[in-house]
Amino acid sequence: MMHNPHSAFQFRHVVGERTFGFVDLADLMAKATPARSGDRLAGVAAQSAEERAIAQMTLADVPLKVFLEHALVPYEEDEITRLILDDHDKNAFSVISHLTVGGFRDWLLSDLATSEVLTKIRPGVTPEMAAAVSKIMRNQDLILVAKKCHVKTAFRNTIGLPGHLSTRLQPNHPTDDLTGIAASMLDGLLYANGDAVIGINPATDNVQQATRLIKMMDEVIQHYEIPTQSCVLTHVTNTIECIEQGAPVDLVFQSIGGTQATNDSFGFNLATLAEAQAAALSLNRGTVGNNVMYFETGQGSALSANANHGLDQQTCEARAYAVARKFNPLLVNTVVGFIGPEYLYDGKEITRAGLEDHFSGKLLGLPMGCDVCYTNHAEADQNDMDNLLTLLGVAGCTFVMGIPGSDDIMLNYQTTSFHDALYARRVLGLKPSPEFGLWLAKMEIFKNNEQFVLNHQVPDAFHKSLHKMIGGKP
Amino acid sequence: MSQETTHSDKSFPTHPHAEPVTENPWRKLNAFTDARVGLGRSGISVPTKHLLAFQLAHAQAIDAVHTQLDSKALAKALVEQDWAKDWTKHCAPLLLHSRATDRATYLQRPDYGRRLDDASANILDEHRDSTSQNYDLAIVVVDGLSSLAVEQNTLPFLQALSGYIKSWNIAPVCFVEQGRVAIGDDVCERLNAKCVLVLIGERPGLSSPDSLGLYLTWGGKVGYTDAYRNCISNVRPAGLVYQEAARKAFYLLNEARTLKLSGVKLKDRSDDDLIVDTSKESKNFLIS
Repeated sequence: MMHNPHSAFQFRHVVGERTFGFVDLADLMAKATPARSGDRLAGVAAQSAEERAIAQMTLADVPLKVFLEHALVPYEEDEITRLILDDHDKNAFSVISHLTVGGFRDWLLSDLATSEVLTKIRPGVTPEMAAAVSKIMRNQDLILVAKKCHVKTAFRNTIGLPGHLSTRLQPNHPTDDLTGIAASMLDGLLYANGDAVIGINPATDNVQQATRLIKMMDEVIQHYEIPTQSCVLTHVTNTIECIEQGAPVDLVFQSIGGTQATNDSFGFNLATLAEAQAAALSLNRGTVGNNVMYFETGQGSALSANANHGLDQQTCEARAYAVARKFNPLLVNTVVGFIGPEYLYDGKEITRAGLEDHFSGKLLGLPMGCDVCYTNHAEADQNDMDNLLTLLGVAGCTFVMGIPGSDDIMLNYQTTSFHDALYARRVLGLKPSPEFGLWLAKMEIFKNNEQFVLNHQVPDAFHKSLHKMIGGKP
Repeated sequence: MSQETTHSDKSFPTHPHAEPVTENPWRKLNAFTDARVGLGRSGISVPTKHLLAFQLAHAQAIDAVHTQLDSKALAKALVEQDWAKDWTKHCAPLLLHSRATDRATYLQRPDYGRRLDDASANILDEHRDSTSQNYDLAIVVVDGLSSLAVEQNTLPFLQALSGYIKSWNIAPVCFVEQGRVAIGDDVCERLNAKCVLVLIGERPGLSSPDSLGLYLTWGGKVGYTDAYRNCISNVRPAGLVYQEAARKAFYLLNEARTLKLSGVKLKDRSDDDLIVDTSKESKNFLIS
């Protein structure tokens, strides 16, 4: 690798008599990215398999320090670049500052990088460093290192302990019908789901509707004394208004991207998120912790908003994690297969992206979960989701979605089911959050908490409600 | 866990002929939602019956995406309709194609699906040069992501709409293969129509592989974003029925013509008299 800022190619690699050139760091990062449709659509992908492999070799020789000197999106134009560079902790970085990208991979895999050390270096790792090293890591590397990264958060329960997997209960309904939503909530709770959050994507997205759904979930959580939290996935400015009007808001949601222009297109900036976080904290509704934010991300959002600045989609995604970690979220969810085949074409690309996002998020210190999902126009099916769910379970993923029979009848896509979460628990021995686990035992939803054996009967506490709807034992 | 401890657990069925599938009494809640609630379980897994039903639904959704629209047959069927005579007597429907040559390209290059290929552009340019008509509306039927939706819903919807727009001067109906919503703007601009209504197959869901979407743009031009469009979604017998969809579409068409705009500044108030007061809504059954 030669690094020459004055040449037409800032990075070159010579193989025999041929020289491969890369215009700048962004070009090198993009061409080193494992193949995916979104980077081809953006016109930034490597032109051949060989060029990609050479780009990876070239990137491996780039010192990590270079990422502090060469902003991929100009500092003056982009508040996320400013956030990344202004908040960079040189002290934490000193442990790895001598390394190249390739050396960083070796170091992360080595026994030098214990869970404790990985926690210490977090503020010294930038999203671009995480993205760069992930591009030269195999899937098993992404899994192994992510598993070493422990990220604990809390609100009404404790999320992210090693050996645990939480689930978001997602009771969406195409008309926000309360009975329909309650039916899916009951189904999920009786299948032991919902410890990460009970989170609804509203079909009608306004303040009035969000308030109605927030109140409904709050009543259920209080009635059954469930150690979990609720969230309506409406725009951050709507949630701020809900709080002002006195709605019982647990978590504030927002979809976030990795460039300022992306977030402009989403209608918010860092100041908006700070305002929302302060508003939610002022309600003081957490019992065991104060992580009040829930963010969703996904590769491709920046290009989709014409705001990718010539970057590959995974680098943009990693930059979104800088936004997330500024606000100490309870949960971050990469909605990996939702965006469609023009960004991630098939099961292989979705799987790779899911593992990259989980690794990058964890390395940067985020409570990273994954919406293991696909749309019906992607080349993917339930088997691909089984594979990714299993891989993420092994990698120590913080949470996944839970939905009746994998079928989201509002958003028209498929994600993991209540059953799928129990599968992951049984094959990998992954427990729900401790407080929620105690509740499941108390309510007799689990007959055996250690072996994840469900009660054959409807637990007593739910008889009355069910009787009202469908008859049977009161 | 050993087999022995399993069998000594009182909560576990020990009868040799015990049913392997545990049914959920709350299955009956599916009367209140299309969500797949109360599926029951084989151990903790989805029972065979529901696994196979899911696979069938997914197969239908995939087929809806990948089955090619027979636009020639659909155009022929349109010509045979009495209610469509005024639209087809001067000019037969025009069969067009986007720049996406096949479905794999279409799925990966949305930009190609938004523009007409050269041959199609020529057809429209020649038509415009051969006529002095000022069209009020261009109707553009696009396969999108569900040919099933287009085949099933296009004629019944257009029949319902035709009664509302008898006095409108309608451009030759266009059928576009491998198209996205924005290709309607390409058609609108080339035909110099005042307004365009796109009928397009929506991304199929498992329980709705046949959903048709309607997109309206006033003075559609290449490069317009969604901010310039109004959308009516989920048009199908089990969703928004044809008469309702036609009523809403005509409301928006008429408003667009009056205000000479569309998109975020054109609000759909066709249901204003239907808004219900949710403040007196009863509590959900879980806390009653």
